[in-house]
Amino acid sequence: MADTMSLTAPYTDPGLGAALRRAERPNRLRALALALPALVFLLVTFAAPIGVFLTTAVRNPEVHEILPQTTVALEGWDGQATPGEEVFAALAADLARARQNNTAATLGKRLNYESPGMRSRIMSVTRKLDGFAAGPLAPQFIAIDAAWGQPDLWAIIQRNAAPVTPYYLLTSVDLGQDAAGGIVRVAQDQAVFLDILGRTLWIAGLVTVATLLLGFPTAYVISLAPARIAGFLLLMVLLPLWTSLLVRTTAWVVLLQTDGVINQVLLALGLTSEKLQLMLTRFGTVTAMTHIQLPFTILPILSVMKTIPAGQLRAARSLGAPAFSAFWRVYAPQTLPGVAAGCLMTFILSLGYYITPALVGGPRDQMISNFIATYINRDLNWGMAAALACLLLFMTLSIYLLFLRLVGAERIKLG
Amino acid sequence: MWLPAYATRSERLCRLAVVTFAFAVLVFLVGPLFVVFPLSVSKDPFFTFPIEAYSWRWYADFFQNARWTQSLWNSLVAATFSTALATLLGTLAALGIARPGFPARKAVMALMISPMIMPVVIVAVGAYMFFGPLGLTNTRTGLVLAHAGLAIPFVVITVLSSLSTYDANLTRAGASLGAGPVSVFFTVTLPLILPGIVSGALLAFAVSFDEVIVALFLTGAEQRTLPVQMFSGIRDQINPTIMAAASLLTTVSIALFVGLSLIRRLRRG
Repeated sequence: MADTMSLTAPYTDPGLGAALRRAERPNRLRALALALPALVFLLVTFAAPIGVFLTTAVRNPEVHEILPQTTVALEGWDGQATPGEEVFAALAADLARARQNNTAATLGKRLNYESPGMRSRIMSVTRKLDGFAAGPLAPQFIAIDAAWGQPDLWAIIQRNAAPVTPYYLLTSVDLGQDAAGGIVRVAQDQAVFLDILGRTLWIAGLVTVATLLLGFPTAYVISLAPARIAGFLLLMVLLPLWTSLLVRTTAWVVLLQTDGVINQVLLALGLTSEKLQLMLTRFGTVTAMTHIQLPFTILPILSVMKTIPAGQLRAARSLGAPAFSAFWRVYAPQTLPGVAAGCLMTFILSLGYYITPALVGGPRDQMISNFIATYINRDLNWGMAAALACLLLFMTLSIYLLFLRLVGAERIKLG
Repeated sequence: MWLPAYATRSERLCRLAVVTFAFAVLVFLVGPLFVVFPLSVSKDPFFTFPIEAYSWRWYADFFQNARWTQSLWNSLVAATFSTALATLLGTLAALGIARPGFPARKAVMALMISPMIMPVVIVAVGAYMFFGPLGLTNTRTGLVLAHAGLAIPFVVITVLSSLSTYDANLTRAGASLGAGPVSVFFTVTLPLILPGIVSGALLAFAVSFDEVIVALFLTGAEQRTLPVQMFSGIRDQINPTIMAAASLLTTVSIALFVGLSLIRRLRRG
């Protein structure tokens, strides 16, 4: 016994392992060299753009680029009383240059995020710069708007002179900074982002559950069917996967319209006496998304079900288990890897939906992606779009890591 | 139905219910794909059934309107170039990843697959922002680069799956008979994994041809693709010409799907 043990013990010459690794190195490098073009391509056209976009969530260039002298002048200010004359002079000089460069509006827009009213304060001072009389500027600023005399306003400018800001990221989770820089919850009427986040998670969860409830029995029936029929049924699952997402969404727009096919059928069957509002509703959005995601849930479950030997259920039955108990205690637990793979994939993909909520959903059904697009297209607020993207990416990547851990990237099959 | 002989009566009923349910789900899956076809040949501009008179007028509209034909052409060009790029890069990468001793395989795979799971809006805005200063927004090149990135995972997955059944001894046999690595690849490996590469290319084409969001951000009026044209149409006022476009897109998808199924069958046979 002892002899066999010593024979199977690992060989521990330290030189050998290193020599093996050295000998293997050219092969490893050659393998890596083949993958390198794709890796570099993805880094440049995919990872780098996303990285650059996400950094805009903390970038804060406006104040220190447009108000360089004010930034320096405010460095020594203690934040207690109205700053001295030299700060007002610096601001007047900065704003005069901003007016020449047409950057005052950019500054006003940025500061307005922090405190409503800042845009008009900046703009009115900029407009009235030429009218300033010689002598102390501070009283003339305060004469235009009393807020210039308050330390709170200057604290906002001082805080935003830093090249990075937590503002967008805090706002994306309904937090903000008070005058002293402490983190506080924002006012009830402005707290919209946690609602959007919760709604996104809720819709993705509903879609995942719906695809599981519809998909599990379907996968089960396909796995039971004789090979020829199963092949045909599988085609019916794969075909939608190949059809454009936009076309499927279009089909749902047509089906769900007030004068659409579903309402016509319901009316004809006498199931409803008046037309139902299905478009621009949560129900419509979840139905269309469930339709689009269903194959992603079915396929992994099906591929696991195919590996479960049919003899096991027969064995359970012959040992006295009732039909349901045999299914639930012997069969169902073995399908869990497929259920996990399918549901995680559907949940990840559902989080990032844009087209379907945009076309089928109402204002209350818009998900994070829709708000990201709106901040870019309508509000030109890149920081807020990037902060929401960080939030979405964080959720997506957490679940992707879980997926990699439980399932693995190599196990993804296409069709 | 597909039950052993010892099944009880209630089991049979239960099974019948499950099978009926599954068929209903399959109809739910496939039915909406075919809604667009009858509506695209309906004479009336309303989306109602039953259809009273048939006509090709919406297809005539489609092919006589320069906006639609230009967008179809743009889509075909962008999809062709991004497919070529993604297939080349993805196949090379899969060949490397499949080799024994590939370093950090799990991490590299996780990165290569990530374009599949990344929310497309983030990809689109990132590309819009990053490509802008490089002069690549509102160009076909920018769109092709972004679409190729999205398509690479599909090629990597299909080629890897065909390499998993490839016998590495064939490479060694070729080398032992005096062929260099390049010659072994083109005469032995490539013919055997070609079905995988073609499947990957078909998927890559479908990814680019159907993609809306990146194209929405990266293209101007001149590079507008068919899905973008459709998307703005649905947003404004859905009209029957969109049904004709949707039918054409679905036909292309089904053709690609049938092509892929045939290739799979050839590979097995």
